[in-house]
Amino acid sequence: MPQPPPNPPSSEITPEAAYADRRRFLKNAALFAATAAGSGAGLLWLTGGLKPGSRATPRTARAAGKPPAEAPGSPYDTAEPQTPFDAVTTYNNFYEFGSNKDDPSRLAGSLRTRPWTVAVDGEVRRSQTFDVDALLSAFPSQDRVYRMRCVEAWSMVIPWQGFPLGDLLRRAEPTSNAKFVAFTTLLDPKQMPGQRRGYLEWPYVEGLRLDEALHPLTILASGLYGRPLPNQDGAPLRLVVPWKYGFKGIKSIVRVTLTRDQPPTTWNLAWPAAYGFYANVNPNVDHPRWSQATERRIGELSRRPTLPFNGYAEQVAGLYAGMDLARWF
Amino acid sequence: MSLAARAVATRGGPRPWLKPAVFVAALAPLASVLLQASRGALGANPVSEALNRLGLTALVFLLASLACTPAREVLGWVWTIGLRRMLGLFAYFYACLHFATYAIVDQSLRWKAIVADVMKRPFILSGFAAFLLLTPLAATSTANAVRRLGFPRWKRLHRLVYAAGALAAFHFWLRVKKDVREPAISATVLAVLLLARGVVWARDRRRLERAAPRPKAAPTVD
Repeated sequence: MPQPPPNPPSSEITPEAAYADRRRFLKNAALFAATAAGSGAGLLWLTGGLKPGSRATPRTARAAGKPPAEAPGSPYDTAEPQTPFDAVTTYNNFYEFGSNKDDPSRLAGSLRTRPWTVAVDGEVRRSQTFDVDALLSAFPSQDRVYRMRCVEAWSMVIPWQGFPLGDLLRRAEPTSNAKFVAFTTLLDPKQMPGQRRGYLEWPYVEGLRLDEALHPLTILASGLYGRPLPNQDGAPLRLVVPWKYGFKGIKSIVRVTLTRDQPPTTWNLAWPAAYGFYANVNPNVDHPRWSQATERRIGELSRRPTLPFNGYAEQVAGLYAGMDLARWF
Repeated sequence: MSLAARAVATRGGPRPWLKPAVFVAALAPLASVLLQASRGALGANPVSEALNRLGLTALVFLLASLACTPAREVLGWVWTIGLRRMLGLFAYFYACLHFATYAIVDQSLRWKAIVADVMKRPFILSGFAAFLLLTPLAATSTANAVRRLGFPRWKRLHRLVYAAGALAAFHFWLRVKKDVREPAISATVLAVLLLARGVVWARDRRRLERAAPRPKAAPTVD
């Protein structure tokens, strides 16, 4: 692993509790080695079954919840080992194609991503409908290597290509009434078989506060690993907000609307007690059915501590100054 | 006494191949998980996949063991009773593997986190409770245990399996975020099986009331 830069931001310093956790882990590992040995023979076999790349991080470092290293020279990129392309493109939550992780990669081939238009409207002076290719050539893509933390307590590191959402919004010239940004996914049950089922309200909608949307970390992505975005990852254009849970990253966007009021969001409508509008990654606010204190990085075996704002607290905590994050989860 | 030895020992009924065949087939889900794990074929999140598959297998065996009595009473398939104990023990076997995967692999034996999980979350609690309820049933699955307890008490104890089945189905229901199709199927199967038992029970009672009391048939243990 590359050396972290000198003077890492305070958010990247291992919390003492996480460091102590390492000792507890080692102690427990010793205590229960015997237990594990018996029935664990098969389970240890599982560890041998991890995909290549899983050995990139030494086990002890993972158990200690070592802080993610930042790449020198870039304020946003992480230098952590990237999740293999295969995992990023076969382990997806994209309910428009089914609720199993492998449904999107199996079924998203039916999505036609050209021609494709994206409307920018609402509280703006210049509303406009873009052809997606024109949009992508108007806003040159940048590389961003971000952590992605799913609300289901797993995470990845993904090299995206995209452009700051703020660039698009500023071009549309938001009026002084604009306080929020609402996003809408394509609604087409013929192309998206999951939309023929009623487990969520369709189309999928998401939203951000305007200041969140204008934050330089927030991007619209059109590619990953230097390739056009695969359909199952939200082609042709998706939102990436790395300090929020993955479900905020709405996929296959057809409409971006600036609004005066907080827009409805799909998972919040489905289960308000579990999925808030903000959905900032927060190890201290649990999902009703599981803890958010730890996560499994895809490709790794043991869990690692989850960081506030997914490790981006230095950049974004200020957006929520004075807010009770347990209430506005 | 191992299941294998027992399967061999009870060979010789009208279908001598049935129990060994079911025994081998019942190991197939485990073999497939281990094989795929060793080849890296469990997908991007193998821990979660193994956990889900072992848990689902436990539930399927639990439902299968609950189906034996209705199958005999309603469909007249007497041979299913000879499989009931083995199916129940396989349900417990897979429940053990499911829990071990959760505790050892998923949670790295962080007992504080595990206890907090069990106490705080109905999702984990329901699964854990089902697992606990199955433990005394597995422990008293031998003919010896039936003799020791006496059949009426043994039978009362083993009614816990209904609670375990309901808890396991509830646990599965809580696992999914929004798409409840698969949990709904298992809950429906459970409901049908319990309903069939209710119908059989009511029928037997009516018969008993109508007919003069007669000596009951010797209880079937296996």
